[in-house]
Amino acid sequence: MTKYFKMTARSDCSKREAAIIRSSAIVLSLVAAGVFILIIGHNPLAVYWSMLDGAFGTAYRITETMRRAVPLVIASLGIAVAFRLKFWNIGADGQIMMGALGASYFALNHGNMHPLLLLPVMALAGILCGGIWGAIPAFFRAKFRTNETIFTLMMNYIALKIITYLQYGPWKDPAAMGFPKIPGFSQNAVLPDVLGLHAGWIIALVLTALMHVYIIYTKRGFEVMVTGESENTSRYAGMNVSRIIIVTIFISGGICGLAGMIEASAVNKTLSVDITKGAGYTAIITCWLAGLRAPAIPVVCVLFAAMIQGGTFIQMAFQMPQSAAQILQGLILFFVLGSEFFIRYRLTPAGKSIIQQDGE
Amino acid sequence: MDTSFFAAAIVAGTPLLYAILGEILTERSGLINLGVEGMMLMGAVIGFRTAIATGDPVLALAGAMTAGALGALIYALLTVTFRANQVVTGLTLTIFGTGFAGFVGQGLMGQVIPPSMKLFFSNIRVPLLGSIPYVGDVLFNQDILVYAGYIVVIISGIYLYNTRPGLNLRAVGENAAAADTAGINVSLYKYIHVLAGGVLCGLSGAYLSLIYIPSWQENVTAGRGWIAVALVIFCRWNPYRVFIGAFLFGGLDIIGFRLQKYEIMISQYLIDMLPYLVTIIILIIVSMKKDGKGSAPAGLGVPYFREEI
Repeated sequence: MTKYFKMTARSDCSKREAAIIRSSAIVLSLVAAGVFILIIGHNPLAVYWSMLDGAFGTAYRITETMRRAVPLVIASLGIAVAFRLKFWNIGADGQIMMGALGASYFALNHGNMHPLLLLPVMALAGILCGGIWGAIPAFFRAKFRTNETIFTLMMNYIALKIITYLQYGPWKDPAAMGFPKIPGFSQNAVLPDVLGLHAGWIIALVLTALMHVYIIYTKRGFEVMVTGESENTSRYAGMNVSRIIIVTIFISGGICGLAGMIEASAVNKTLSVDITKGAGYTAIITCWLAGLRAPAIPVVCVLFAAMIQGGTFIQMAFQMPQSAAQILQGLILFFVLGSEFFIRYRLTPAGKSIIQQDGE
Repeated sequence: MDTSFFAAAIVAGTPLLYAILGEILTERSGLINLGVEGMMLMGAVIGFRTAIATGDPVLALAGAMTAGALGALIYALLTVTFRANQVVTGLTLTIFGTGFAGFVGQGLMGQVIPPSMKLFFSNIRVPLLGSIPYVGDVLFNQDILVYAGYIVVIISGIYLYNTRPGLNLRAVGENAAAADTAGINVSLYKYIHVLAGGVLCGLSGAYLSLIYIPSWQENVTAGRGWIAVALVIFCRWNPYRVFIGAFLFGGLDIIGFRLQKYEIMISQYLIDMLPYLVTIIILIIVSMKKDGKGSAPAGLGVPYFREEI
């Protein structure tokens, strides 16, 4: 590349320009995926159209799309605050599972409690379990600089094994005739519907606003930003870096845990090994695409939920496997990651360098 | 424990061996590729599909390596040429690879490897070495890819520590700017070693789907790619130490299965947790020790950008 262009760092990229660059990247990724769809013998426009139709075509489909968006929004908010700290928390999936587990404990054992008491207790248990699941790797990261990426990921597998153990062992429903499933929750433990969708969507929107305020307008949020940019600066300014890391990741994991509580209570109405449906991983993509900015997260997540919901629809219409949607997600992020280069650097044709002109 | 346990540990450790070695080569060039799991899945599915379609073991392995390299090429293009965030790019590669494997793998469930290939991958006893008591049974009565693994590890060790390009590679990973000044083509070195890493990860995946399992299942890697990334730290970026890391974890991988024989009163699902738990413990212990020797390449994760006037 350097033969034909020269690269210079730039800092003058306006928000508008950056948005244009990112959107063109998304369009390009859809074009690239379209070529792929064409190769496997389908009309890309028809496929995209039927995806849209599958996601937004009827009131029922819109509700389903939103149902998928809720855990994505909440988990993305949780991951975003960790990523701001440059703590690569990829353990959201496990934190969601542990949150669901904590909530399920109360739902299964205290099902006759009044909902007004039971639901908050379940939410609290979810936040606590998810938070602790995040805080364990954070503690070791803060104390010994233990690699948090792999640590948090390993915690996902451990959480999965714990739930598998419970589902096939101590928590197995004796009434299910040997079928390995955990009993369904009592009606008291189920989050009520508001305007046709479970109340989780209200929680997601409130959390979005709270997170925006927390990051942008509070001292704590400022500490997270500074520590993320440079731990040394933060230390020099007298901040307690270890405390910031552990507390922030507790919050990050706690938010994901809350998503788990909502999924268990309102969607599955029980606990099972596939409770997350991969939301903890998809949320990594959505929070990055949103530029880690809380207000953008719901928008991106609804689009992604539409893609997943539309993906199940084209599965039936075109006999395309659901993993096609996963490939599309990967492609979109690849293109956006590549496009960020043009936000940070400028390319100009080579051969006009100052040094060469001086030499002549 | 009898020799069959240790022989089985070598087999279970071989996919890890290829993946760890691949990631070491990648990280020595200063890039941290978290897409190992994704590249392994791409290799596993293409290897299996080619095996079913052609019945040719060489083609199947070549296909798997190409698939792994393709994943690595995407990573290299984004991180080296476009200077994208390495952590996020690697994660995306894993998500992409998982989708890719699901897509290409549809309809492969329940298919079996042709018998001609089974023969190709069956155990061969090495003359002389194979007749050493115990050691021969464990190390030298294995399939062809296990032997290839021994050789690749040793070649990589010699390459890294005893050749000019190996020295250059270490320079690129330690201090890309200095290497650039010394006239080393930094981007070329990064590209080549990321691709080599992808080839090895593809092979690792193919070993799982063609020899170790050997059938197609959606999540055939089961986190082994991530364990491999962790074991790079355990091996301190030294190819020779891959023998220890890979085979130790190979043993851990099968210990649960073996323990069942003794009717120990622990749930299978809790024993399954062991490799992940031990990975975490190793990560913690390694990070607690603060000796500088053999630690990470100094330039690991730092993108290199030569400012031009």
